[in-house]
Amino acid sequence: MAAVTTTGQKRSIGQIIKRLLLLDLIEGLFLTFKYNVRALYEPRDGGNPNQAIYTEQYPLERPRVSERFRGAPRLNLDPENGSTLCIACDLCALACPVDCIEVGSIRREVRDGEKVNKKKVLTTFIFDTSRCMFCNLCSEACPTDCLELTQSFELAVYHRSGFRWDREMLEKGINYVRYTK
Amino acid sequence: MQEEITKPRETLLDAEEMALNMGPQHPSTHGVLRVLLKLDGETVIDLDCDIGFLHRGVEKIAEQDTYAMITPYWDRLDYVAAVSGDLCYVEGVEKLLQVEVPRRAEYLRVILTELQRIASHLLWLGTHAIDIGAVTVLLYCFREREEILKIFEDFIGARLTAHAFRIGGLWWDVYPEFETRVRDFLKIIPDRITEYETLLNTNRIWLSRTVGIGVLPAEEAINLSLTGPVLRGSGVNYDVRKAQPYSAYADFDFEVPLGENGDTYDRYLIRMEEMRQSVRIIEQALDGLPEGPVMAKVPKVIKPPVGEIYHSIEAPKGELGVYLVSDGTGKPYRMRIRPPAYINLQSLKRMAIGHLVADVVAIIGTIDIVLGEVDR
Ligand code: SF4
Ligand code: SF4
Repeated sequence: MAAVTTTGQKRSIGQIIKRLLLLDLIEGLFLTFKYNVRALYEPRDGGNPNQAIYTEQYPLERPRVSERFRGAPRLNLDPENGSTLCIACDLCALACPVDCIEVGSIRREVRDGEKVNKKKVLTTFIFDTSRCMFCNLCSEACPTDCLELTQSFELAVYHRSGFRWDREMLEKGINYVRYTK
Repeated sequence: MQEEITKPRETLLDAEEMALNMGPQHPSTHGVLRVLLKLDGETVIDLDCDIGFLHRGVEKIAEQDTYAMITPYWDRLDYVAAVSGDLCYVEGVEKLLQVEVPRRAEYLRVILTELQRIASHLLWLGTHAIDIGAVTVLLYCFREREEILKIFEDFIGARLTAHAFRIGGLWWDVYPEFETRVRDFLKIIPDRITEYETLLNTNRIWLSRTVGIGVLPAEEAINLSLTGPVLRGSGVNYDVRKAQPYSAYADFDFEVPLGENGDTYDRYLIRMEEMRQSVRIIEQALDGLPEGPVMAKVPKVIKPPVGEIYHSIEAPKGELGVYLVSDGTGKPYRMRIRPPAYINLQSLKRMAIGHLVADVVAIIGTIDIVLGEVDR
């Protein structure tokens, strides 16, 4: 690549005229002007790079959130009987680099037909969203697809204690106030 | 070469040395960098960098975490080029484990890291320009960067701190529209780069703020062990992608742009050209994207054999390296990071002495530092 340098070089007459007529500045201003004119007649389409106005009007316009987005956590329930999928195996808590998951469980006898099994049963589940960095390691470690990071991204709360999500909140999700058009 | 000035110049009036604190909350220091300037009038006669405000002890944290857990921390070193950080670390661990990564995963990694290089350079260009006074460029750059971040969001699931790669490959394979999305982006970006150049290349304010500012001769750049565009701006042909090809870089055809004068303007031209070369690499990688799995067979609990490795990649800011020592357990015995921005920052003093205070801002911009990486 040939680097353009202007140090120590003599300017040609063409360059001097360009400088006098402020052509270098006008070129740049013209580009901005072009966008300004386009913005007047092109329809507003937030997030389209070919349109003059790129800005999304959040919260009136909801942003498109991708399927794989890692946002608010959720504990999935069994769609058939509504019981939790979590087997209290603690793998998510062990996989988390910042220790933001606390799994509470007790051993209980569970009747499965004729047999009586001693099984770990989930009692509490605390997820600290203020420490979480949404890396997905916990959800990848989960053997039953119970813990999942969902597409909700509005995690702001009024009080610090609101960052500690308990089991109920994780299963139901939080209710947002949605501002739409 | 500018001469070293260490004392205020003798004038008719009383010359007095003045100390000035720049940062840590100065918007042009790109984070929490404190520069202690010694001034003669407006001329810098000496300066000291005070770093460490963002120190989190990542290297020490790594000693308590398993190998898989450390990856997200690498996003937070150079947080504007998180994918490159991930690549460096996972390839380091793979080297330690002696795992062969599937070709498809390697190609996808190249595509993502090159997109990240464009995104990082766009952010650099925008902030560098706004430091110098060209505000428009920032808005244009962010528009194109947003497109890359959207591709990342769809592929990886996060925009900035991506956690893009796992040890052994990738967690996700591509999504159906991935190729068209990337190709659409590649179609618009060359024109957009030309647009930025229309705004800057011949702009007289830009030229007088960058040409001949912070000149660094090649020899000194090598002595300071600089890497990346700062080194190549001085005309030294060293790019880790060419010197020690990692991942799938040996398969692709691209050029390494070099500067001639080693000033701020040359470094600007180089980064613009690097973006174009990244576009070329992504195109080739998309054309030759092999089929197959994206994840190698790695054990769930990663326990590398006893040993040590050094692995480095060409991050947008320079050579990013990791030195890993394994003692055979699930946690590294020692992890040392070679952050390019930290080492490149050492050249600030050399470049800034003799220039005006306002040029210090331009020089900090041209080194392209991210304090998350400098302070670790
Ligand atoms: S997403 Fe990462 S940081 Fe958050 S709880 Fe899961 S493992 Fe921990
Ligand atoms: S890994 Fe899954 S099943 Fe195990 S405790 Fe966590 S959420 Fe429950």
